[in-house]
Amino acid sequence: MTSIPPVPLGLLAPELVVLAVAMVVLLADLWLPPARRGLLVVAAVAGAVAAAWLGLGLPDGVGFAGTYVRDGLTRAGQTLALAATALGLLVAPEYLRRGGLDRGEYYFLVLVAGLGAMLMAASRDLLLLFLALETLSVPLYVLAATGRGSVRSQEAGIKYFLLGAFASAFFLYGVALVYGTTGTTRLPEIGAAFSAQPVSASAAAGVGLLVIGLGFKAALVPFHTWAPDVYEGAPFPAAAFMSVVAKIGAFVALVRVFPMTLGALALHWSALLGALAVLTMVVGNLAALLQTSYKRMLAYSSIAHAGYLLVGVAVGTPQAVGAVITYLLVYAAMGTGAFAVAIALERGGAEADRIDDYAGLSARAPLLAVAGGLFMVSLAGLPPTGGFMAKLGVFLAAADAGLPGVILALVGFLTSVVSVYYYLRVAYVMFSPAPSAGVTPAQRSGVVHADATAIAPGSGTAGAAVRLHASPLLNLAVLVAAAAVIQTGILPSTVAALGAQVAALLR
Amino acid sequence: MEWAVFLPAAALAVAGGIGVVAARQPVHSAIALLIVLASLAVTYLVLAAQFVAVLQVIIYAGAIVVLFLFVIMLLNVRSGEGPAVKLPRQAVAAAAVAAGYLAALLVAALGAARPFPAVPQGFGTAQAVGAALLAGYLLPFELAAVIMLVGIVAAVLLGRRPPAGGEGR
Amino acid sequence: MVEALLVAAVKSAVMLALVLTVCAYMTLFERRLIAGFQLRYGPNRVGPAGLLQPFADAVKLIFKESFRPAGADPLVYWIAPGIAMITALFVYAVIPLGPTLTVLGRPVPLVVADVNVGILLVLGASSIGVYGIILGGWAANSKYALMGSLRSSAQVLSYELVLGLAVASVVLSAGTLSLVEIVNAQQRVWFAVTQPVAFVLFLLGAIAETGRAPFDLPESEQELIAGYQTEYGGFNFAMFYVGEYVGIVTMGLLAANLFLGGWHGPLLPGPVWVAVKTLAFAFFAVWLRATLPRVRQDQLMALSWKVLIEIGFLNLLVTAAILAWRGG
Repeated sequence: MTSIPPVPLGLLAPELVVLAVAMVVLLADLWLPPARRGLLVVAAVAGAVAAAWLGLGLPDGVGFAGTYVRDGLTRAGQTLALAATALGLLVAPEYLRRGGLDRGEYYFLVLVAGLGAMLMAASRDLLLLFLALETLSVPLYVLAATGRGSVRSQEAGIKYFLLGAFASAFFLYGVALVYGTTGTTRLPEIGAAFSAQPVSASAAAGVGLLVIGLGFKAALVPFHTWAPDVYEGAPFPAAAFMSVVAKIGAFVALVRVFPMTLGALALHWSALLGALAVLTMVVGNLAALLQTSYKRMLAYSSIAHAGYLLVGVAVGTPQAVGAVITYLLVYAAMGTGAFAVAIALERGGAEADRIDDYAGLSARAPLLAVAGGLFMVSLAGLPPTGGFMAKLGVFLAAADAGLPGVILALVGFLTSVVSVYYYLRVAYVMFSPAPSAGVTPAQRSGVVHADATAIAPGSGTAGAAVRLHASPLLNLAVLVAAAAVIQTGILPSTVAALGAQVAALLR
Repeated sequence: MEWAVFLPAAALAVAGGIGVVAARQPVHSAIALLIVLASLAVTYLVLAAQFVAVLQVIIYAGAIVVLFLFVIMLLNVRSGEGPAVKLPRQAVAAAAVAAGYLAALLVAALGAARPFPAVPQGFGTAQAVGAALLAGYLLPFELAAVIMLVGIVAAVLLGRRPPAGGEGR
Repeated sequence: MVEALLVAAVKSAVMLALVLTVCAYMTLFERRLIAGFQLRYGPNRVGPAGLLQPFADAVKLIFKESFRPAGADPLVYWIAPGIAMITALFVYAVIPLGPTLTVLGRPVPLVVADVNVGILLVLGASSIGVYGIILGGWAANSKYALMGSLRSSAQVLSYELVLGLAVASVVLSAGTLSLVEIVNAQQRVWFAVTQPVAFVLFLLGAIAETGRAPFDLPESEQELIAGYQTEYGGFNFAMFYVGEYVGIVTMGLLAANLFLGGWHGPLLPGPVWVAVKTLAFAFFAVWLRATLPRVRQDQLMALSWKVLIEIGFLNLLVTAAILAWRGG
């Protein structure tokens, strides 16, 4: 009999807490009366916060036969994932109640996706990384399809699922090729094996396939085509959550695989990642300019932000990687926040998804409009917000790293300037006067919304008034996100500790 | 001896793969897929992985493709409905990308050719596979259980009747 | 090398002839037995006591016209019965019929191949056998056949799990996947004694897996004519028919080897014990058919998914816990 190695469950404590809370939420839903389902969210958020607190206190360690590692990157990635999960949970109940979708399964899926992102951060083995990636992705496919009454949501779910399965296949093929070349799936051993011998064709092909698999999750161009369709069809809170958590998981994994494992071979991969970053920034920002749907605009915006993040990974210096972590934290706050503002609105029983729907928001809900404006300013990367500091950090780190980095920073800067236009347009609409009764927003702005009516087929409510809904939990989510954006903008040093921990790993 | 088994099996797998894509009837595609999976099981045997080969037959051929057929029959797709839109340019692009990918894989696979290490004692037995799962890969193994739970929850969630009077988007 | 191949070929041929003959007589056995239960005579005209009846049937079926219904899928229609029969026969490569005998001064194991994953191979082959039923029902392009094959695939998938869980408990107790080793592990006590829950699960699973009463919904004649084989005739029908009876014999042999101590028994030689135990299972199956009414489709599925599988998992857990506690 082979002996089974010790099972260090203590190392896994944060993950186990999240999993346990997920199970409790799933089962408690069976007995709770519908009126008290609010408790489920509270329990889930409490679990996420407790896990984050627990994770920050645990010492470093490697376990499970070397497949799992808890170090600075794990700690930072898990904190980010849990923050995104908590925000993703908070924005959901108001919307779900409106749609009659308020069930424990939703929160279960959000928590399990968060668990997947946590384990991606802690993977020291390609197979664990693959399964963690699936643990992250499968709940997201389902979340995209939870808008049960809506054909668009079903379409989003199936599209995301099919393309995601395809991307997973690429990733697995990459794992197989890397294993075939090196004879191991443990990341440090792969790094050592790659450094010891000249780069073979199979190794290059394997690593390239890994990039495709992770790039799909992060919505890098040219693996981004799913994002606008999926975000548009998915229920608002699901889109808010997936845009953030998938990025956190994918980028932490990219940091783990590239700068940390293959750091010695930076020459071979940084040009590839840099090219992808340029493509992603340019395509994402230009496409975002053309959108009339708020969700599609945010989808392209999230693609563009993936490009900025990838600049940091491509440069791969300790400073740049630390900046990526900070950026992810800020992005989690402003990305979720931008969606949360939209969740508070509803037009004729449907999502308020047209940018024109936000006209007059400042008069009806001044604080919400201020928060919305703040998120837009931050997404555009203007001071005094976290978005500005985050971008600054990445671009400065890139510029410090020599000529290719300077080019990347320059492209990032120029595309950011382009992005100011479409972000501030939304902010402008929010603060413009409301359309007078009887005139639909479309007529008012003189734009024929051919695709906007196609988005809500048969709703017949194009002219219906936009109504405002807000619940304490949603307000809390907006407040937390806004506070994070401001704090990281004014006092960036408070969050730099996480990034510094990761940077220290690379030195 | 190994080649005498491997070459026909591999050829059959490739033929089956083409059949999956080319067949006009969904049921024929499923049968072709069955051929692919069975031939792969034979190649696993050549690689001295008997346990994995048998599992391949039981799980993929015995359960998964049966479910495929089940769905095809429930939908009663008989006449192989052609694609609603023809995409000739995309088809050319797809063929080009596929050819490029094949070339890259061939270069990679042939470049990796080297004397293969000898198979260790007890390789590929149920004991060896079990030890690998419970010792070397315990965490991924357990994580698979979580993913399956998600799959079950998803089936329940999405299979349930949609709520009446929802957002109706 | 050549000699090994020759021995294997001879063994396979003998095994094949044996199995087919036994199956042919299984039909007679069943018909006579059912007749007895119903106070009739059954077939007793061809040969002494009807003993030549199976041969008459075989001749009739072989020389009947093989037809294909209009609208049937030609390729699938022809290969489906073949799949059903070949997979049913395939398992006899690994099922032992007795201990190693000494013939002409050399040891001859009474099994074609003792592979170390034997029991899994049996389960795998029987899971492939479903394809014959599914494809046959689909290819005929008839709604009765389609309904039958849908029912059948659902049933076989569900009960394969029950069967697998029962077998897993035995495998855990024996510590091996080889059928020969499993039989040898029962030298002192049968697994039917130490694993009674698994034995009951196995019996239920085996009856359902072979699609016999009271679980014969795929071919319940009152609703579905003859289920998936409605549109088959002649030799094609015969292949399904043989496949079905081979399945019963297979399950009987498995029950004998996994739970009833295989060839271990007092006085009589090993192979005789195997035959007696297999026949006991066949008798049990016929007895059930003559006694019990058919269950309803939803009851059938609920029984598997809501009762038997849970019991199976629990049994497996308890078995594992006891083995771990004993320090196995």
